[in-house]
Amino acid sequence: MSTYAKKQGFGATLWDFMTTVDHKKIAILYLISGGLFFILGGLEAVFIRIQLAIPDNNFMSAGIFNEMITMHGTTMIFLAAMPILLGIMNAVMPLQIGARDVAFPFLNSLGFWLFFFGGVVLNLSWFLGGAPDAGWTSYASLAIHSEGHGVDFYVLGLQISGFGTLIAGINFLVTIINMRTPGMTYMRMPMFTWTTFVVSALILFAFPPLTVGLFLLLFDRMFGANFFDVAAGGNTIIWEHLFWIFGHPEVYILILPAFGIFSEIFSTFSRKRLFGYSSMVFATVLIGFLGFMVWAHHMFTVGLGPIANAIFAIATMAIAVPTGIKIFNWIFTMWGGSVTFTVPMLYAVSFIPSFTMGGVTGIMLGAAPADYQYHDSYFVVAHFHYVIVGGVVLGILAGVTYYWPKMFGTMLNETLGKFTFWLFLIGFHLTFFVQHFLGLMGMPRRVFTYLPGQGWETSNLISSIGAIFMSVGIIILLINIVITSVKNVRVGNDPWGDGRTLEWAIPSPPPFYNFKQLPLVRGLDAYWIEKMEGKKEMTPAEPLDDIHMPNGSIIPICITIGLFIAAFGALYNMDNKTWSVPVIIIGLLITFGSMLVRSLKDDHGFHIHKEELMDDKDKEVKA
Amino acid sequence: MHVEEKFTDATWPASPETATLEAKNKYLGFWLFLGGETVLFASLFATYLALKDKVPDSSMPLAKDLFEIPLTFAMTMILLTSSLTSVYAMYHMKNNSFQKMQTWLVITVLLGFSFLALEIYEFNHYVHLGHSFTSSAFGSAFYSLVGFHGAHVTFGLMWFLALMIRNAKRGLSLYNAPKFFVASLYWHFIDVVWVFIFTVVYLMGMVG
Amino acid sequence: MTNQQSNSANPNLNLAFRRKQNAEEMKHQVITFAMMIFFTVIAFVMVAMDSISSWFTIPVILLLAAIQVIFQLYYFMHMKHKGHETIALFIYSGLTVGLITVLVFLTIVWL
Repeated sequence: MSTYAKKQGFGATLWDFMTTVDHKKIAILYLISGGLFFILGGLEAVFIRIQLAIPDNNFMSAGIFNEMITMHGTTMIFLAAMPILLGIMNAVMPLQIGARDVAFPFLNSLGFWLFFFGGVVLNLSWFLGGAPDAGWTSYASLAIHSEGHGVDFYVLGLQISGFGTLIAGINFLVTIINMRTPGMTYMRMPMFTWTTFVVSALILFAFPPLTVGLFLLLFDRMFGANFFDVAAGGNTIIWEHLFWIFGHPEVYILILPAFGIFSEIFSTFSRKRLFGYSSMVFATVLIGFLGFMVWAHHMFTVGLGPIANAIFAIATMAIAVPTGIKIFNWIFTMWGGSVTFTVPMLYAVSFIPSFTMGGVTGIMLGAAPADYQYHDSYFVVAHFHYVIVGGVVLGILAGVTYYWPKMFGTMLNETLGKFTFWLFLIGFHLTFFVQHFLGLMGMPRRVFTYLPGQGWETSNLISSIGAIFMSVGIIILLINIVITSVKNVRVGNDPWGDGRTLEWAIPSPPPFYNFKQLPLVRGLDAYWIEKMEGKKEMTPAEPLDDIHMPNGSIIPICITIGLFIAAFGALYNMDNKTWSVPVIIIGLLITFGSMLVRSLKDDHGFHIHKEELMDDKDKEVKA
Repeated sequence: MHVEEKFTDATWPASPETATLEAKNKYLGFWLFLGGETVLFASLFATYLALKDKVPDSSMPLAKDLFEIPLTFAMTMILLTSSLTSVYAMYHMKNNSFQKMQTWLVITVLLGFSFLALEIYEFNHYVHLGHSFTSSAFGSAFYSLVGFHGAHVTFGLMWFLALMIRNAKRGLSLYNAPKFFVASLYWHFIDVVWVFIFTVVYLMGMVG
Repeated sequence: MTNQQSNSANPNLNLAFRRKQNAEEMKHQVITFAMMIFFTVIAFVMVAMDSISSWFTIPVILLLAAIQVIFQLYYFMHMKHKGHETIALFIYSGLTVGLITVLVFLTIVWL
């Protein structure tokens, strides 16, 4: 349908993806690489469950186990969940607000490559002398004494990918503020766009403290600074605060997009407007705001004092209110609607009880005195897996299934999807429900094995069996993806039939300029409004005219590779290698040189001419 | 309007920094970045305040032994003045007088370099007094905070220079005017951070 | 963003008006600068005079710093102009998060 879609060789496609600045292609890159890291993190989880399946197991050594849990947590949070969500945001958000691309296409590409190479740095640690082993929180009191280079890989990998995330956050904010199509007021934005907006704001304010914390750790480990060396006047609590000032908003950065995805799914498959839209917006903003006031509930047992603990406990409880508003709104959206149980809807419906259970244990943990009992036990492990797997991962699976046709132009198989859903859901509850009780029975988290006769055997075994269920579910999902991609049955604009928002008004996948003419939005659920008036497409808000598009660029990869090289120089600096400092300098020169080239070379982009667009239309009419 | 279009004084827009969509995006995006930078520097300030005067043994110099009024005062005056000169540059940018803008930017850059020179002298002086990056937690925190600011100054200078050289022959256009404007915003932000540094680190350090 | 592209029929008349407006604004900025220098001098003099109690000096110099920052943001960085509401929202959010961070590091890091 477009003159631009030509058959390309593999090399050309690869080059195309390496230089692309198109938000839809970057979304695919995020999805693929996030998916690979998700599988990697999943394998690590399976290894952990194998080790813990029976008491006194020697499947792996204690040292490897520490590396495994550290990498599982770090990979899943930073390299799997967040990138996949950023991918869905990239794919959907510009379409939902009727934009032709994001505000900074070049930075969008840079953000992706920074994340990707950061993840590569982190995972290279497995081959270069051992992975980080101080836990995903990498508390300084452990981290500065960790031998080898594991923690250095953690610091540098997260630093690089953190820059990428920050860039993505700013990019989304500007896109949403400046590039909405005529008529798309703030209070007409789809819920997923709203959550993207709030999440981007959280990224903007939460990542700088992490950057600083990582720099302090980097200086301590690689350049002889003394931030965390108590003998030289240092203080390790600084790391804990900086980490959790970032870390708590981070969990909202993960869960809010999932909330957004579920909001879209509930209203689509109930064929109803989202119940209490404005209260949903309010609740999202409130969660974002309160998310910055509660980080010390991760540190109740540090000994901050009763006043600090009380303040943070109350703030923590307060978050239950907006979250509760959301839960009830979703239920009321389904109430009286004509509900169809497609795969995304199944995920959405099962998300409500699963996530609520995680929320309830969250309230238990938020009660500071009781937290002294639960702290560092499997109860905590159960809690955060209930919110992250029961909330975020179900959200990701739902979102990927729901938006798959929009991204790739073909549907995933519903039957296989239901297999994945049931296996994953049952496996998830098997794995983590029993862990509540393991925790209450006293099993500490992060232990690499345990002795028989403490009543922990059965529960641990059940937990490990659950992990197998989840793995099989994910394998079926992969098979599903392969089969449907090979069959490649093309779908139209609105494959689910009940699409409500702008992204369903354009072809799947959309042409690279998204909208030939920017659509005019006349209310919430803009496409649904037009459909209800019997129209097939959106009313254009502008006459057909030339479209300005940005050029692709290889510079983002060059900038990133410079940092990648510099990271290795810094990494081996503490070994007194003579080449370390020159390597840092060469790497930074490549980075700043590429930035200079970018800033000196004019790049005005190109125009798609009106005539070419009209050709398209004529062809469609003839066909 | 096309970004490379040549303008007369009369057709040059009143706010060239936000005249195109690209410029609007750049302008807003940069402000948001500054919002993030605020948190970054706040974290560094917080770390400094938590580790102020934390040294392993009592023979090491503390804040009140190190800082001196004349040097800090000179650095402050230089940086504040450079903020004003960059405002002058932007005033001429808005009036479409390119050469005057370049002149004021040259002055700004010279002031920036003299600030950096004083900072290097200062750091060198402290190291001789036994206050180095690796000597104590206080030292690490001090050099990280002030050094981060110094790195920002350096980056800002490089940025100004790159823009000035790059556009020396081309003059102003709607493509590069927002770039100059955003660079000057960055320069003001550096000044904002310095206001807090001289107050919180130096003056409060001297008070004790 | 004070005067968005106005559509006066005579561009030169418009230009004269804009020039005047820009000059006016420049004058305000020079005044701002003079006040900032004045505040800075006060702060340094207060610290130089040992006779003043630090319980008085510290709050005053912090206040002077805060005023200077407001000047920078609103005059030098043009936040007083229209169209900066979103920007103000984000800058103040950043300042709030930053202030909480500083407050916490002054109180509950086991000093």
